[in-house]
Amino acid sequence: MSLTPNLVETARVIETADSTALLAPPSQTIPAKGRASARRRIQAEAEAEDRGIVSVADWRRRHVRWPLNAGHSVLLVALVVTGLGPILWLAKSAITPTQDTLRTPMLVFPHGVDLQNLATAWTTVHIDVQFVNTLWVALGSWLLQVLVAATGGYVLSVLRPKYAAVINALVLGTLFVPAVVLLVPLYLTILHPPLIGTSLINTYWAVWLPAGANAFNILLVKRFFDNLPREVFEAARTDGAGPVRLFWSIVLPMSRPILGVVSVFAIINAWKDYLWPLLVLRDPAVQPLSVRLPTLQQAIQLDVYLAALAISTLIPIVLFLVFQRMFLRSAGLGGAVKG
Amino acid sequence: MAVLETPRASHRVRVRRTPLTWLRGGGLSNLLFAVPLLFVFGAFSWWPIVQAIVMSFQKTNLVTPALFVGLDNFARVLGDPLFLTAVRNTGYFALLALFLGYPVPLVVAVLLSEVRRWKGLFSALAYLPVVVPPVVAVLLWKFFYDASPTGVFNVVLGWFGIGPQPWIQSAASAMPSLVLEATWAAAGGTIIIYLAALTSVAPELYDAAEVDGASVWQKIWHVTLPQLRGVLLITLILQIIGTSQVFLEPFLFTGGGPANSTITILQLIYNYAFQNSLGGNYGAATALSIMLAVFLAVLSFVYFRVTKAWSTN
Repeated sequence: MSLTPNLVETARVIETADSTALLAPPSQTIPAKGRASARRRIQAEAEAEDRGIVSVADWRRRHVRWPLNAGHSVLLVALVVTGLGPILWLAKSAITPTQDTLRTPMLVFPHGVDLQNLATAWTTVHIDVQFVNTLWVALGSWLLQVLVAATGGYVLSVLRPKYAAVINALVLGTLFVPAVVLLVPLYLTILHPPLIGTSLINTYWAVWLPAGANAFNILLVKRFFDNLPREVFEAARTDGAGPVRLFWSIVLPMSRPILGVVSVFAIINAWKDYLWPLLVLRDPAVQPLSVRLPTLQQAIQLDVYLAALAISTLIPIVLFLVFQRMFLRSAGLGGAVKG
Repeated sequence: MAVLETPRASHRVRVRRTPLTWLRGGGLSNLLFAVPLLFVFGAFSWWPIVQAIVMSFQKTNLVTPALFVGLDNFARVLGDPLFLTAVRNTGYFALLALFLGYPVPLVVAVLLSEVRRWKGLFSALAYLPVVVPPVVAVLLWKFFYDASPTGVFNVVLGWFGIGPQPWIQSAASAMPSLVLEATWAAAGGTIIIYLAALTSVAPELYDAAEVDGASVWQKIWHVTLPQLRGVLLITLILQIIGTSQVFLEPFLFTGGGPANSTITILQLIYNYAFQNSLGGNYGAATALSIMLAVFLAVLSFVYFRVTKAWSTN
């Protein structure tokens, strides 16, 4: 469960859904209006390459070009200092002895490099355990969210039993309930879950199951399925495909792009979440990095602590650099990436 | 299509509904596919929401049976001297975040949209802080905010001849420090949203403005900003909804201190329910969350009304 207001996500999706290539199904059955706007968008994008607020003629004018170039240089410096600066400082301090970081935090390696910090953080402080735990949290949340979103979207959009409208309304209704409301009763549900009988505290199910109840995912996937060509389903049914076959061989392969978006959101949220895992994962042996790091601060040397912070940041940054395009596109789409 | 529809239509008219026809019509497999959604939402969303409403009228500590106490929980919360402090602090956080966090991404996005070379580098740099896990970001900034003369930010201020600042150590500067970090962490996401909105402004509008002899500033003022008003309003309301639920920064930076100067509504809810290890005051916690939820619901109602008005215009 993320405490990001669900509404934030929905609102952005509703707002941007029509103008986003990610949500367009792989076929040509976009409704006429969508197709027209898609064409307009492509056209707009093509032209935006050459033209924005400042025209080519403006660029030739000296009193426009010079301030603009100066502005861009200032912007670049500011972005490097604020965007890259803290991260570079963390990387530097992760391999600097404690006393150097305390006395001269802005000097680069006044008394040499201490690579041992990283090894100590990983093995002695056992950041490796928290690291693997974080992977488990992310993996389970991802699997459950994809399962619930894919089957749920399939029922609501393709199978459409009579009660689908009721379920749909109830799911969408939860988008208007901020996550704060759920905090206490959900905690009590995890403490005394229905049917299961034993407390789920200190098990990953306590994080996975509430993460699966993500109405935003259902909305995304249902909207995507709604735009898939009905003729394909009908043809498959005439060929004798049952609901399971239809789901596995037709719908799932076609929904790869949207499940990719759901996956990005699921993994990022699992990596970022703090308050909920803090409440339900009390045992340090099962805690993910986000929950463990704040408690480490008092217990260990500063240099090792900063090394632990650096290790925790490494994977998200590498993922971002590799899948940069997808990240930025998802951010423009959803903003669920935003904490 | 028509041929395919016929059997189903006649089916509906002819056969009386029995469990067997339900089964043959795929009722069971429909239900099986719905099970994951129904289970997860039922147990971890719908039921807790109902529970939250019920619990806000109950006195409950999980040991003795729950007792209905009417509006006592609400009265208890409203009578808590910390309640007003928390509301004031949350409002102060939201206001500062608005002044600091609202114009900066817009200016950066407009400037960035005119970059011709290395645009990808610019946006990647702007987005980088968003990628840092929020907990790491707060812990890192907590170290930056070290109030001693050798604290990172104080050393940097020293380069410009400014004396050391107390940052999160003093009641006056604690909240602005929290907002500064929160803005750093969130601005990248907003910048990317504005950039996407900027590319969808129709170029013909700029062409037309140029025909009328508009300068760059006039184009920004008369074309760009009016075209962005929809997305600007959305980010405004979403930011207010988000900052009303701020928790991570006050909790990890200051724990609500110094002298309760950074305690927020969500932290108060957390304290009611979870701070006392002997059993929380769940009634008060849910009552306060319901009040916050109603406030946010009013905001989102306004938001949907206004966006509807914009989109029909």
